Amino acid sequence: MTNHWIDIRNSDVILIMGSNAAENHPISFKYVLEAKDKGAKLLSVDPRFTRTSAKADLYAPLRSGTDIAFLGGMIKYIIENELYHSEYMQLHTNAPFLVNPDFKMPGDLDGLFSGYDADTRKYDKATWSFQRDADGVPLRDPSMQNPNCVLQLLKKHFSRYSVAVVSDITGTPEEKLTEVYKIYASTGVAGKAATIMYAMGWTQHTVGTQNIRTMAIIQLLLGNIGVAGGGVNALRGESNVQGSTDHCLLFHILPGYLPTPKASWPDLATYIEKSTPKTNDPDSANWWANRSKYITSLLRAHFDSNLTAADGFGYDLLPKLDDGQNASWLMLFDRMFKGDIKGFFAWGQNPACSGSNANKVRKALTKLDWMVAVNLFDNETASFWKGPNMDPAAIDTEVFFLPIAASFEKEGSVTNSGRWAQWRYQAAPPLGNSRHDSEVMNELQFRVAQLYKNEGGAFPDAINKLSWDYGFKGVDGKIHHVDIHAVAKEINGYFLQDTEIKGTLYKKGELVPSFAFLQDDGSTSSGNWLYCNSYTEKGNMLARRGQSDPSGVGLYPEWSWCWPVNRRILYNRASVDANGQPWDKEQPVIWWTGSGWKGDVPDGGWKPLSQPGTKKSFIMLPDGVASIFGAGMAEGPFPEHYEPLECPIEKNPLSGTKNNPTIKLFHDGKDGLDEDVFYSCDQRYPYVATTYRVTEHWQTGVMTRNIPWLMEMQPSMFVEMNPELAKEKGIKNGDWVKVSSGRGEVDAVAIVTKRFRPFKVQGTTIHQVGLPWCYGWHTPNSGDSANLLTPTIGDANTMIPETKAFQVNIEKRG
Amino acid sequence: MGRKVFMIDTSRCTACRSCQVACKQWNKLPAEAAVNRGSYENPPQLTAQLYNKIEFIETEENGEFKWLFLNKRCLHCGEAGCIKVCPSVGALYRTAEGLVGFDQEKCISCNYCVNGCPFDVPRYDANNKVTKCHGCIDRVAAGLQPACVKACPTGTLLFGEQDKLLADAKKTGRPIYGEKALSGLGAMYLLSDKPQSYNLAENPKIPTSIFLWKDVIKPLGILGFWGAVGATLLHYVTIGPEQLEDVEYQDKEGE
Repeated sequence: MTNHWIDIRNSDVILIMGSNAAENHPISFKYVLEAKDKGAKLLSVDPRFTRTSAKADLYAPLRSGTDIAFLGGMIKYIIENELYHSEYMQLHTNAPFLVNPDFKMPGDLDGLFSGYDADTRKYDKATWSFQRDADGVPLRDPSMQNPNCVLQLLKKHFSRYSVAVVSDITGTPEEKLTEVYKIYASTGVAGKAATIMYAMGWTQHTVGTQNIRTMAIIQLLLGNIGVAGGGVNALRGESNVQGSTDHCLLFHILPGYLPTPKASWPDLATYIEKSTPKTNDPDSANWWANRSKYITSLLRAHFDSNLTAADGFGYDLLPKLDDGQNASWLMLFDRMFKGDIKGFFAWGQNPACSGSNANKVRKALTKLDWMVAVNLFDNETASFWKGPNMDPAAIDTEVFFLPIAASFEKEGSVTNSGRWAQWRYQAAPPLGNSRHDSEVMNELQFRVAQLYKNEGGAFPDAINKLSWDYGFKGVDGKIHHVDIHAVAKEINGYFLQDTEIKGTLYKKGELVPSFAFLQDDGSTSSGNWLYCNSYTEKGNMLARRGQSDPSGVGLYPEWSWCWPVNRRILYNRASVDANGQPWDKEQPVIWWTGSGWKGDVPDGGWKPLSQPGTKKSFIMLPDGVASIFGAGMAEGPFPEHYEPLECPIEKNPLSGTKNNPTIKLFHDGKDGLDEDVFYSCDQRYPYVATTYRVTEHWQTGVMTRNIPWLMEMQPSMFVEMNPELAKEKGIKNGDWVKVSSGRGEVDAVAIVTKRFRPFKVQGTTIHQVGLPWCYGWHTPNSGDSANLLTPTIGDANTMIPETKAFQVNIEKRG
Repeated sequence: MGRKVFMIDTSRCTACRSCQVACKQWNKLPAEAAVNRGSYENPPQLTAQLYNKIEFIETEENGEFKWLFLNKRCLHCGEAGCIKVCPSVGALYRTAEGLVGFDQEKCISCNYCVNGCPFDVPRYDANNKVTKCHGCIDRVAAGLQPACVKACPTGTLLFGEQDKLLADAKKTGRPIYGEKALSGLGAMYLLSDKPQSYNLAENPKIPTSIFLWKDVIKPLGILGFWGAVGATLLHYVTIGPEQLEDVEYQDKEGE
């Protein structure tokens, strides 16, 4: 989230699209309803009428996978009716920037941008660039009338997205589209704010990243970024998934969103040189120019502090990606399936149910030599070898199961969607032999290090030179109890030697006050620069429980701690005009007093933009402004509608380019694994399907399927469908049906409901069905996961699987 | 002490069913084996192990589709049919806060309360004793909120002084169900649609037969009841316990 949960109550319009917050983030509705109490309008856009839609002022259906078309129509509506916030765009976005005249758009190139190479399925982005002056600073037209400026190109691009065209793609009635556009666009004036609450309904598509980009563009046009009640707000699916992302859950980043080193970056100097963004604009803060300090401090936290600059502080010990290597989820399981991976820790996860194309995942597990399942309960992954269609005698994978403590059984922090890192305490000791994750990791580290010491082996230093000071070491050198506070302090970082900064002496061993103090000479450590300021000499900021709200807009700055540096609303310098005065006088986030900023921690403490010597408001971007034109994307600097890989229509109504041209195809229609086939516009699988969660179960259900009270409410697999389709197929409410795709099948109880409606698209009727993925064969009579049906295909930027739009067939069970 | 009541604001309910689970947890009620019948709603009705539940109602009016959620439970009527009809004094009773409690020790398993309730609430458990929502009497007596109210994340379920909750509810201008009915329901609905859409009776009444029972037959009946008990004791002493069934049967005959 750019903003945070409580801030939702400050919104004038709330769009819930690509998420089902009432069902999957029930607590969020406390704040949604508070906003409604104050007169806010709630819009629900979803293929299915959900518990969220039940509370909405306006519900609009759309066919799964058509969000860019839906939102593209809104961009057209906003621009053509001049409902955008001009002054905001001029100050805080690249809307006035002049684009390379050679840049061409899908309207000219049949669905492609300039620079596409069909062989590599990649773009040469040379033309996706700005015209620059002699110093390299982008040229601007403050009037935003130049036909080559970003705003005019945006207008031209989305002029193709008329309400009629959009409706014909999305299946949304035209009047519903216009109503949503009108209500949402009403926040383009100063003092009004709209927010978007989205989740996997947007991300899990082949165009997932561009779905979110489209909304970010809308928010920038309307001046809704940085303000209270605005922002682009991802509702994270687990209580601590934000924290795990911050601390490098993903393959391409180290803690604090530092890029993972590549094989072609052989030393720390090269890493810094290649990965540090540059700018020639003196008015741009370009905060990532501090990368050398953050990576060096990270290395100092990770590795033995006796390593020196000559050793690159241990840079050689970091794992490196091969150039161009993608090690995301789909790729890992693809390699596992092909026998390239020997061992696997399934730690706190259940890929046999959560992984897209779960049959492929389950088969992949049979190719392993060993697997360690670390979980609260036995599950479909831990017991994959005795699951459906498995022959235990033919499987050589050795499986270990480590029982682990539940969140209530351990102390530590969780970081919520709003970036608040909150300390929690142990409520009960772990049951039986289960242990805290940190104790298991500590034991593993110790034993692996012992093995290296006693038996030798390749590349021992990566383990043996880890700094591992998380508690008192016994005579055997082993830490017998992990002090979780030591971990939190290491994440914050220490001064490793006496250091004087701005006249103040910081002693060796003191905690670093904030990331502005981190150094690139090896004198400081920080396990995650973004969390530097979270555990200081003043104490554990995460454990704070102060309830004051001096701002009055619900920032609660003394409650826990929020990254970065306790800033509650990101990009908050965009909430003010050039003189530092808030657009919204009633709900100001920050304001300039004449001598300093008041309110939230400002996004950079520089003076207002009208004053000399200041820096622009989007400090993390080299150009210093928000990107309406975003050249970093794989498939284009503006979003364009492409159909899901599996879709029900022959042709993309907008162009001859049917699917996202830059996705990695695991099966090209001729070559590939049988497991990876897809069926687009194929009469064998005529119905659009999507997957989702339910309030009563959590993720794959490993925890919730073991709670009888929850099983009582949602006992088994179901598939929701509209009455017309049910009638056509002779299915009655409550019947058992078989749902099948090109990759598998599941049995499910039919819920026949008008909450799904047929879509009118391209003159035909298209039916959509939906299924949850929270069940698994390990729980008797509950059914199995919807992910047995979902495809092996991912987003072009992130490779997140497209589980929200694919094709199935349904039949009544005999 | 003023009367304490539930106010249930259906406009805020997202059917997360925290109330269902929190009730089971506090009251130590086991889960029942359930099947999906083609609906999210489960179990399909209140049971001896389910004191409150959410009803999921799909309706369509003038082309507008609605999905309504209603917290179904004992409504703790001001004039409670179950108490009126109960022949065993104290088996169903009114607490100091105005809630309707039950005492299984005193329940004689006559099932009258089931017929006396206009809202089909009381259930009989495995021991054939009455059970239903008792408003978490134990928590309320200790100054706490009922478990369902404590767990509700959206403010759908409120519990407190009747005057205050009613005054707040009236400010919304929306229909309040049960303000006057049966001397004021102890659990009122602040509705977001008309009562019929929620399948709520427009004028809930205690069945007429119950008035007859209460005002005419019960006084005689209680005489008759104790007479029957005396006779049974005699019977027990002379013949044996297996004939006890007859007592209930005779008692039902008296209705």
